Amino acid sequence: MTDTTSQPIPERQKGNLFQQLELDLRLLGMIGAFVILCIGFNILTDGRFLTPRNIFNLTIQTVSVAIMACGMVFVIVNRHIDLSVGALLATTSAIMAVTQTQILPHTLGMGLGNPAIWLITLVVGLTAGTLIGAFQGWMVGYLSIPAFIVTLGGFLVWRNVAWYLTDGQTIGPLDSTFLVFGGTNGTLGETTSWLLAALAAALAIWGLWGARRAKAGHGFPVKPAWAEATLCAITAGAIFGFIWILNSYHIPKRRLERMFEARGETMPEGLEVGYGLPVSVLILITVAVVMTIIARRTRFGRYIFATGGNPDAAELSGINTRRLTVKIFALMGFLCALSAVIASARLSNHSNDIGTLDELRVIAAAVIGGTALSGGFGTIYGAILGALIMQALQSGMAMVGVDAPFQNIVVGTVLVLAVLIDIIYRKRVGAK
Amino acid sequence: MTRNPKRAAGETPLVEMDDVSISFGGIKAVDHVSVDLYQGEVVGLLGHNGAGKSTLIKMLSGAYQKETGEIRVNGQTVDIQNPRDARALNIETIYQTLALADNLDAASNLFLGRELVTPLGLVDDSAMEAECRKIMGRLNPNFQKFNEPVSALSGGQRQSVAIARAVYFNAKVLIMDEPTAALGPHETQMVAELIQQLKADGIGIFLIDHDVHAVMELCDRASVMKNGQLVGTVEIDDVTDDDLLSMIILGKKPGEEAA
Repeated sequence: MTDTTSQPIPERQKGNLFQQLELDLRLLGMIGAFVILCIGFNILTDGRFLTPRNIFNLTIQTVSVAIMACGMVFVIVNRHIDLSVGALLATTSAIMAVTQTQILPHTLGMGLGNPAIWLITLVVGLTAGTLIGAFQGWMVGYLSIPAFIVTLGGFLVWRNVAWYLTDGQTIGPLDSTFLVFGGTNGTLGETTSWLLAALAAALAIWGLWGARRAKAGHGFPVKPAWAEATLCAITAGAIFGFIWILNSYHIPKRRLERMFEARGETMPEGLEVGYGLPVSVLILITVAVVMTIIARRTRFGRYIFATGGNPDAAELSGINTRRLTVKIFALMGFLCALSAVIASARLSNHSNDIGTLDELRVIAAAVIGGTALSGGFGTIYGAILGALIMQALQSGMAMVGVDAPFQNIVVGTVLVLAVLIDIIYRKRVGAK
Repeated sequence: MTRNPKRAAGETPLVEMDDVSISFGGIKAVDHVSVDLYQGEVVGLLGHNGAGKSTLIKMLSGAYQKETGEIRVNGQTVDIQNPRDARALNIETIYQTLALADNLDAASNLFLGRELVTPLGLVDDSAMEAECRKIMGRLNPNFQKFNEPVSALSGGQRQSVAIARAVYFNAKVLIMDEPTAALGPHETQMVAELIQQLKADGIGIFLIDHDVHAVMELCDRASVMKNGQLVGTVEIDDVTDDDLLSMIILGKKPGEEAA
């Protein structure tokens, strides 16, 4: 009892290759499933699936659901659910559409095409989303109404608030600067994309190195140097490979000609320009990084997981679980609004059915990504991979020519199977 | 065993719960009960299941809010609205359920609600694990599973985490709600040694326990409750096991005629 020596740190155990690399087996499994899916579709479509063009489209189609899935991970980990995300997306999209096409240019007399419109619209939309989310969170946290009920009500309310705000009409075209967030209309070009890739790779390696130094600083065992170097190489390779694919998708010739004409120039003969990284994908990557840092390295994130694991323990540890709930739903609302920006900009207008069924896609993406509905477990990268797998399935089947009813039957089956596999995996590794 | 010197000297008690009550749905779970605790003293709380021991103590740890009465710490009236308030007064609790988040590792549980952070305000897991290893080296040298969720730990190991959490943060008042209920004989002995050591450090301890023998061995005084009311508080040196048992079962203080 009197000695103050610290608990000895065990020797690093030798293991197989995966253990040495400390890679998450679940992550590898999901990446494996995704790769097999892509290769399968590629064979079935005679090589049309894995073209730069299709991969480009796949990523910009995934962004909206993937961003919301990041927020849904926090909601579900905290033992709640949000059924209103698609409707909330519609309401914030409607608010932003009305703001940028009617209120700002006409009612406030700023005129169409005013360069401040997109920014004000963005602030208005994101604020509205955050406030609506916080309001729903307040009802869940402080009034103790189950989240299922609050957001089921929200599902009906916000879908129809959107309808009321727009009289059910399609509103467009949206502000030209605003469209930059949509995908094809807003890409960074080849050079900027390469520079960003270099920056991202450098940051990732710096992050890995920092984590290693922090561990070593306390005398904890670290991975062998070769394993760390391999991880760095894989990470950097993935980043540069992704950018290389996006840069390989060239802007169609006619479109490029029109872009030159718009600037009053003529296009040089034989010019080829790649799209590069879409702004919307850059936003998704930023959201993913920030949310991962929140989940793993902030008190807020730690409390979300602790409350999901044992709400009573969290409360007795002095965590204000009610306020935490409000924060989580506010964040969810913010991300819905962000998705609304990207979804409406991609379509270049607000339509009355925007975001329909998104709540189910978002929940499915989070669950396929390994988020446990019983709370306490879930990862951001898993949810994004889940969204990618769903989108790949959907567009792959469309390309192969699978009948529409069968597409949904397959997606539904995959959802249930994914959860079954996850349960079996958890039992095998002995985790609860 | 000598009487507590602080109490003998007539000093202000560390904690006084004066005439506190709470009811749930019309039933008085705790009915005008008064107990106190001095520095370096162990006061046992005894009684049947449902006698109101845990409820009484939860008003001190902030899990429940009292309806009547007053709580004083070092003579100052305090208002404990939630567990954060209690922790701010250096009142730490080891709950019967242990109150651990099963999906987090030992260090995360140890520092839950009071995480160590880096200068950037980010949670510093390496520093917390290092601190966790230090205190575990002191409390339970067999403890090794630092990188696994606490759901993977044995009952004794989980108990160690809960105890570590209470003693790490310089507790002045420690509430232990049946700390040995899930433990084997060896681990129970360790908890007993720990209580002696903490007592020597001047910490005041409320010990809720079913085991009369453990109370006789570890406590200076014992307060017995029955049906939400205080039967009485006695000096352990003045009573026998049987006296305590008759207080628990019959609700009569020693010397009173059993009805």
